[in-house]
Amino acid sequence: MTAQPPPSDVEQFHPRARAALSDPQVRQNFRRAMDGLMAKRKAAFADWDLDALRDLGAAVRQRALADLPNLLEQLEQQLQANGIQVHWAVDGDHACRIVTDICRARDARRVIKGKSMVSEEMELNHYLEQHGIEALESDLGEYIVQLAEETPSHIIMPAIHKNTDEISELLHDKTGTRRSHDVEYLTASARQQLREKFMQADVGISGVNFAVASTGTLCLVENEGNGRMTTTVPPCHIAVTGIEKVVPGLDEVAVLLALLTRSATGQHITTYFNMISGPRQPDELDGPEEVHVVLVDNGRATLYQDPKLRDTLRCIRCGACMNHCPVYTRVGGHTYGTTYPGPIGKILMPHLLGLASTRHLPSASSLCGACGEVCPVRIPIPDLLVRLRREAVDGDRLHPSRVAGHGSKRNPVEVMAWRSWRWLHSNGGRYRLGTALATRFRRLQPANLGAWTQYRTAPRLASRSLHQWVRQRSKQESDES
Amino acid sequence: MNARKQILDRLRAATDTAAEATPLDFTSMERPPWSQEECLQRFEQTLESVHGEVHRVDRAHWLLRLAEILQARKVRNLLAPVEHPLGQALRQSGRDDLPTLLAYDQVIEAWQPSLFNDVDASLTSTLGGIAETGSLILWPTRDEPRLMSLVPPIHIAVLDADQLYSTFLDALRQQGWSAGMPTNALLISGPSKTADIEQTLAYGVHGPRELIVLVLG
Repeated sequence: MTAQPPPSDVEQFHPRARAALSDPQVRQNFRRAMDGLMAKRKAAFADWDLDALRDLGAAVRQRALADLPNLLEQLEQQLQANGIQVHWAVDGDHACRIVTDICRARDARRVIKGKSMVSEEMELNHYLEQHGIEALESDLGEYIVQLAEETPSHIIMPAIHKNTDEISELLHDKTGTRRSHDVEYLTASARQQLREKFMQADVGISGVNFAVASTGTLCLVENEGNGRMTTTVPPCHIAVTGIEKVVPGLDEVAVLLALLTRSATGQHITTYFNMISGPRQPDELDGPEEVHVVLVDNGRATLYQDPKLRDTLRCIRCGACMNHCPVYTRVGGHTYGTTYPGPIGKILMPHLLGLASTRHLPSASSLCGACGEVCPVRIPIPDLLVRLRREAVDGDRLHPSRVAGHGSKRNPVEVMAWRSWRWLHSNGGRYRLGTALATRFRRLQPANLGAWTQYRTAPRLASRSLHQWVRQRSKQESDES
Repeated sequence: MNARKQILDRLRAATDTAAEATPLDFTSMERPPWSQEECLQRFEQTLESVHGEVHRVDRAHWLLRLAEILQARKVRNLLAPVEHPLGQALRQSGRDDLPTLLAYDQVIEAWQPSLFNDVDASLTSTLGGIAETGSLILWPTRDEPRLMSLVPPIHIAVLDADQLYSTFLDALRQQGWSAGMPTNALLISGPSKTADIEQTLAYGVHGPRELIVLVLG
């Protein structure tokens, strides 16, 4: 049901951005939400030494990544010892096949889902439906987005682009719910519909926020309780997670949890922190009889090999970078056309989809640095944006790169222009000659300078170069003295 | 090639992954040394700020307060533990002002529709509370299974005032969680809620609409 935009759609970033910028509803919905989230985050960290806490968060993630292959093996061993079945998937399609096979082995027809960005990345719902398995989202925001046949516009608040009127109309059309402005009523009616689905579901599919290697524990953060329902009510629970989510122990979880919920929504903690370390035991009365974990690579291991780009994998998916991004706030999540929007999307999606289709994303930033300043695990997002900009144009044999699609934005005219620039500026005589000519013939300068003059007037060259001006001035001063 | 091997080989091919040898510095996670009363106040304030309800009760009279709370909400039945001392006290109280007491004494498959549709409220014990975040620690057991604190619209949790920890980190270290986790461990910090419709808070979206904590002192 969820129609992920085809990858080529990512290329439509600019037309979509223009459309979003001129849509007052989108602007207003995002502005209001992001302003609220920024204020709440600030208040939640008020009595903390945030810089020190971010240092700790960064260290926790960095160390976990440094030891990633060993931690994954330890996690697998512990999970298996706890009776949880572990699967490895090289990419999204492979992960979808694994999930489908588990469903088929159980003859499962109905799947209920908790929020999982990795499953969005895999386009799991679409895959399951093609294979005759109904997949229903149970997080209220995801449920709304699924009914609307859209994709999430924010990783924490999937339906943030819609206002109450739009949601009321949607629920009326799709489920027959009475039209109402009363959010409690709309929520209660969704609860009723989804409770039935929880009881009927054959399989529950969730994501994972942190996977603990030492104890074999899957941690899920949520407010609604749908995550607990998904992982407890159906007889089979499948958790899908990126391979980077593993941490060594429970102490590390406490640090990341403190940072995650405050950074995301300004909450001290979410309503539920659900830690799963095994299926139902013979002496227990509820819980799934089978628990599976699918460890999904999908480009992460390749990204991991570059020591700088590896920092991208520190992300704990709080969404603070998008909440504070002046670009995201104005264009909204759908403009990006990618699973992960905003700053984290700009540095992650090129690795998942290749730079060829995502080449516009790293440039869609003013490099103001807000994302890097708020990131709870100190991912140097602006540096990574600059790195990817370079990857997008660095196409020659002297610059081998692991980033798929590198050099796809390379333009021969631009290359020539910069080569000439370098030639001109690397020699004093050439430079002086160049500036002398440029100031003398400045009236020949074109008024149209491409993208620069689309929203600005062309800068006018001065009648004298800085060198000439300084020379003249110091001469005057010595004459006067 | 085997996916597991392929992924691990790729990760191991990476260079510059030397781990830091110095231990992590957790100082920034520490909170001021709160007294027990400060812990309790903090717990109360934080939980109430997210729509939870906290009652401090004298250990000797908790059943009376429980009965009042249930009556005020016209609760017809209460799902409660059988073996836990709280459940025993409840069941042996002989009070006539309590609603019908239910027991979770069969596998979920045997009574799922009834649990989902007919139970008004549940009562569970807790393993402690966390002052800093206003959280309850629950480790579901056979006597108090996982869904007991999730499905009924009202969840009443009983917390011993002596079992308050400053932070989650303190709690899991002092209670020795690393030595072995139960199949399911939970932190519960308020009633179920959502802000997915235009950031407007609504309670009881999938789990309980009300979380009521009796702090026994």
